[in-house]
Amino acid sequence: MTPAISVTGLTRRYRGQLTLDQVSVDIEAGATTGLLGRNGAGKTTLMRIIAGQEFASAGSVRVFGASPAENDRVLRRMVFVREDQVYPEFRVGDALRAASLFYPDWSGEFADSLMADFALPRNRAVKKLSRGMRSALGIVIGLAARAQVTMLDEPYAGLDAVARHVFYDRLLADYAEHPRTVLLSTHLVDEAAGLLERVVMMDRGRIVLDAAADDLRGAATRVSGPVLAVQEFTARHEVWDRRRMGSQESAVIVSPLGEADRAPARTGRLTLEPVSLQELVRYAACLAPDTQGSATA
Amino acid sequence: MPEMAGLDEGAPLFVQVAERLSAEIADGGLAEGERVPSSNELAAYYRINPATAAKGISVLTDEGLLEKHRGIGMFVAAGARQRLLERRRRQFTERYIEPMAAEAARLGIGTEELADLIRQAGQAREGATA
Repeated sequence: MTPAISVTGLTRRYRGQLTLDQVSVDIEAGATTGLLGRNGAGKTTLMRIIAGQEFASAGSVRVFGASPAENDRVLRRMVFVREDQVYPEFRVGDALRAASLFYPDWSGEFADSLMADFALPRNRAVKKLSRGMRSALGIVIGLAARAQVTMLDEPYAGLDAVARHVFYDRLLADYAEHPRTVLLSTHLVDEAAGLLERVVMMDRGRIVLDAAADDLRGAATRVSGPVLAVQEFTARHEVWDRRRMGSQESAVIVSPLGEADRAPARTGRLTLEPVSLQELVRYAACLAPDTQGSATA
Repeated sequence: MPEMAGLDEGAPLFVQVAERLSAEIADGGLAEGERVPSSNELAAYYRINPATAAKGISVLTDEGLLEKHRGIGMFVAAGARQRLLERRRRQFTERYIEPMAAEAARLGIGTEELADLIRQAGQAREGATA
């Protein structure tokens, strides 16, 4: 794997709190990585530091091997769209023109078609846009920039499901034609899961999971059936979640299953079901402190 | 999960893409010699990452079920359908017969009775399609 972004020992203290705690992670070039985690996990801080908009207390960030801070050459190859993007006293058209001048690979044609997709009014002041429209403007700039590193931080606040799917479709189609490194932070894991090649998950300022998305699918299994049979089966495995109802029990295990494990299920005593990516991510969030490393597929 | 046009989150997506294409070839939906959708077309249809779609295609290429015609795309290889049907036959016992026998045992249906039920179902089907 060739990293486009390389983060080493990144620490950020803010008002006595550690928002980033020794974060080290590589973001693969040319791939789409999902940055997941609860609010306050440190996702935005990490992206802001990568984008050169905030400084670390310790550690280093390299984008294409160079520090992004006040480095024009790196910054022009990187676009960062934030949920709470602030624009100066701009009309929509001015914001697009400014972006077109800054980003060397800007596509005016693509920007126009995205403007039409989201029905954005060019002459309206950015301040007067609704929350959803402001998100859409961020998406237009983020995608039309065609920057080698595209960072989107919860880019769709206020957008409805239809508009979000327009975003997914345009991102996929354009990414296929013009490959780039995409880092997307999102709460909507279920919606965005198919787009992601890699998943990096943060919790309380640390990386708790860093894996290929497809390695996570099917990495955990839900075993259910009679209590005794489930307990006998799970004795050999790490259990993440266990619930019981009457004589039935259901447990989520994370170790990979061998053919020997599947035999009892086939004879009908136990049911084995794969655990979905979004469920897995949720378990990882709940279990983060003690499962560091073990959840990495 | 509606976002991914019929794929689910329980198994690696590239495996599911490979399985979908295999099923289409086995059912004759994709004929031998026919061009298969490109990774970008599959990515747009399933709303998945193009790299994931490409990985699904490469599974079938590695198995010799698809072949690359440089500059044009991927095509269903000769003999692919036959090979997939043979594979499905081999999986038939594991996928259908064993779970059925297990359920029959739970319900107290003996082997003879089970064989009768299968025969009846088969005859009804033959009668319906005759």
